[in-house]
Amino acid sequence: MSDDQPDSDLARRDAVFDRIESWRQRAPVLRDDTITMAHGAGGKASQSLIEAIIRPALSNPELDRLADAAVLDVPAGHRLVVTTDAFVVTPRRFAGGSIGEVAVNGTINDLACLGARPAALTLALALEEGLAVDELRSVVADVATAATAAGVPVVTGDTKVVERGAADGCYLTTTGIGFVADGVSLSADSVRPGDAVIVTGTIGDHGIAVLMARGDLALAAEVSSDTAPLHDLAAGLLAAVPATRWLRDPTRGGVASTCNELAALCDLGVELDEVDLPVRPVVAGACELLGLDPLYVANEGKLVAVVPADAANEAVAVMSRHGAGTEARVIGRITEDHVGLVVVRTAFGGTRIVDMLVGDPLPRIC
Amino acid sequence: MKYVDEFRDPAAAKLLLAEIADLATDQPNRKFMEVCGGHTHAIYRHGIESLLPESIELVHGPGCPVCVIPMGRVDDALAVAGTDGVTMCCFGDMLRVPGGTSTLLEAKARGADVRVVYSPLDALALAEREPDRQVVFLAVGFETTAPSTAVTLLQARERQVGNFSVFCNHVTIVPPLKAILDSPGLDLDGFLGPGHVSTVIGTGPYRFVAEQYHRPLVTAGFEPVDILQAVAMLLRQLDEGRCEVENQYKRVVPDDGNERALAILREVFVVRPHFEWRGLGFIAQSALALGPEFAQWDAELRFDVPGVRVADPKACQCGEVLKGALRPWECKVFGTACTPETPIGTCMVSSEGACAAYYNYGRYSPRARIPVRAD
Repeated sequence: MSDDQPDSDLARRDAVFDRIESWRQRAPVLRDDTITMAHGAGGKASQSLIEAIIRPALSNPELDRLADAAVLDVPAGHRLVVTTDAFVVTPRRFAGGSIGEVAVNGTINDLACLGARPAALTLALALEEGLAVDELRSVVADVATAATAAGVPVVTGDTKVVERGAADGCYLTTTGIGFVADGVSLSADSVRPGDAVIVTGTIGDHGIAVLMARGDLALAAEVSSDTAPLHDLAAGLLAAVPATRWLRDPTRGGVASTCNELAALCDLGVELDEVDLPVRPVVAGACELLGLDPLYVANEGKLVAVVPADAANEAVAVMSRHGAGTEARVIGRITEDHVGLVVVRTAFGGTRIVDMLVGDPLPRIC
Repeated sequence: MKYVDEFRDPAAAKLLLAEIADLATDQPNRKFMEVCGGHTHAIYRHGIESLLPESIELVHGPGCPVCVIPMGRVDDALAVAGTDGVTMCCFGDMLRVPGGTSTLLEAKARGADVRVVYSPLDALALAEREPDRQVVFLAVGFETTAPSTAVTLLQARERQVGNFSVFCNHVTIVPPLKAILDSPGLDLDGFLGPGHVSTVIGTGPYRFVAEQYHRPLVTAGFEPVDILQAVAMLLRQLDEGRCEVENQYKRVVPDDGNERALAILREVFVVRPHFEWRGLGFIAQSALALGPEFAQWDAELRFDVPGVRVADPKACQCGEVLKGALRPWECKVFGTACTPETPIGTCMVSSEGACAAYYNYGRYSPRARIPVRAD
């Protein structure tokens, strides 16, 4: 710039600079319809994705700082509980739920099973190049809805994009951080012979809902996923029955696999009563046709609880008052017989072993 | 569930168990073979074995379609699946059946396009949707599933779907039954006859069992009450000195079979001169191949199929189990080298296989505890 320029020129130049600067200051606008590699490169496109989709949906003071990490206060008299889960379910939307909801609820439930109050979530998105931006928007909206409903904020996260064909649309990973009060210790070591085994409601709903949503079976069944956050239910149970021994959410592999893990962990046997297993008729029918056993079909909104036998009625009553536990009931007991094995009593007194699942009858259900 | 719950009714079962106990007291020990894998599965799933009097033993027969596929045929399927441009469609059970070197599941992991279908018609639809792929349906099963393969081939011909073919391993139930009855040292008092096979072939083809081999046979359904009633019917025949073919599964099995299904089987298939059965060896006229009119949809003619016979592993005693000569846990490798995770023999693969059913459901019973690795 030279001094001999007229003032009017200088004014115009300043106006242009001001305009550029104000454009620079503006929030980046997302104009793309599909995710490109640029959205994962960490530059302006990444920023536009975060500002246009992630932040508006998930906004909270900690997330809004947009740091790569979040700071949480640990309440006095508590210990930290942490869990992480990856979610790859296909299709991403099914009756009663979506990958976004399952990613929030599944992680919250893992915290709840240790008796922890969930305090915060992190969210990592692995996106496939070519994913529709609207699809991502709806996934994030589902995460937001579920997180708000559960009262647990998403405090930090990450987004990466991989080349087309290197992933199937969109995978989510959530990490959950929670706090458990000193003195609360749920462990299979505390399980004793005679303890009651309780499930908080009908089994197999989620797995069958996802299977139906795939639509590759000439079969239709009105069944919705049971995805739900269960930390309130678990907290209610622990408050009413402090002697509760053990909690687990029977997701992949269903109640059968959960009970097998229990039998192995506590070095005792688990005995279930087939007539007491709560299975919706539509789920039972679908399983019958497909040769599946509802005991092995996944749940996303149920807990298996072990409580002392004399507290079983109280536990069921407390669970039943909670929306996600209205159909809670005792399904079996812990026994010193058949250590390490899960045995089901059939309707007319026969018995059969329920073993760990071999292989995967329904892949990518969560 | 209507038409299911009635046949799982504990009250009805109790009545039948009382009748069985009553009939059994006056009879010597009885050994009945349930021919179908579906029966084996139901017997274990509902814990029926532990309810019967100790004098009655149920022996598992050869009627599990996956269990009788010899290793050489699996290797042939693997060769076809490994061919460029081929999409292999099969039922889920077949994925884990071991061939000489590998399984379809492992082939899929290595890059072969192997897909699970619930019906051969799904495979045909896939071929029409993806005309650039050579879609092969791996057909297995007795007369139960053969008609659905036949219908699929008729549709493929009608719509001239050129990129579809069938690798046919369909087998028939009467020849292996005969082979078992002919085997030396036969120690069976009667048969729970096939249920769903009989919906197609009727009960007539089993008459030789009663007439020539003097063993009663009762075709039975697959629910616990069905099986208990069939056991009671066998005991009653023996009690009254009768030896007949009876039909417990009347609600599904017409005595004359399904003439339409039989007609399309005759239209599409021809009987092979011989076919190898896992553990049972070669049995004459025991399997179906595509007839000459359907040669262009025959995967065995379209692709390079090695057709090499692979001997069963030495340690494997599937043959003895299939013939009912050995109980599953009496096999040398049961539950140790051969488990559902790492099956050596086919009986350990399908949920209808006697060994898998026993491993999964039957290891614990009040009557006998069979020591098995619990991992």
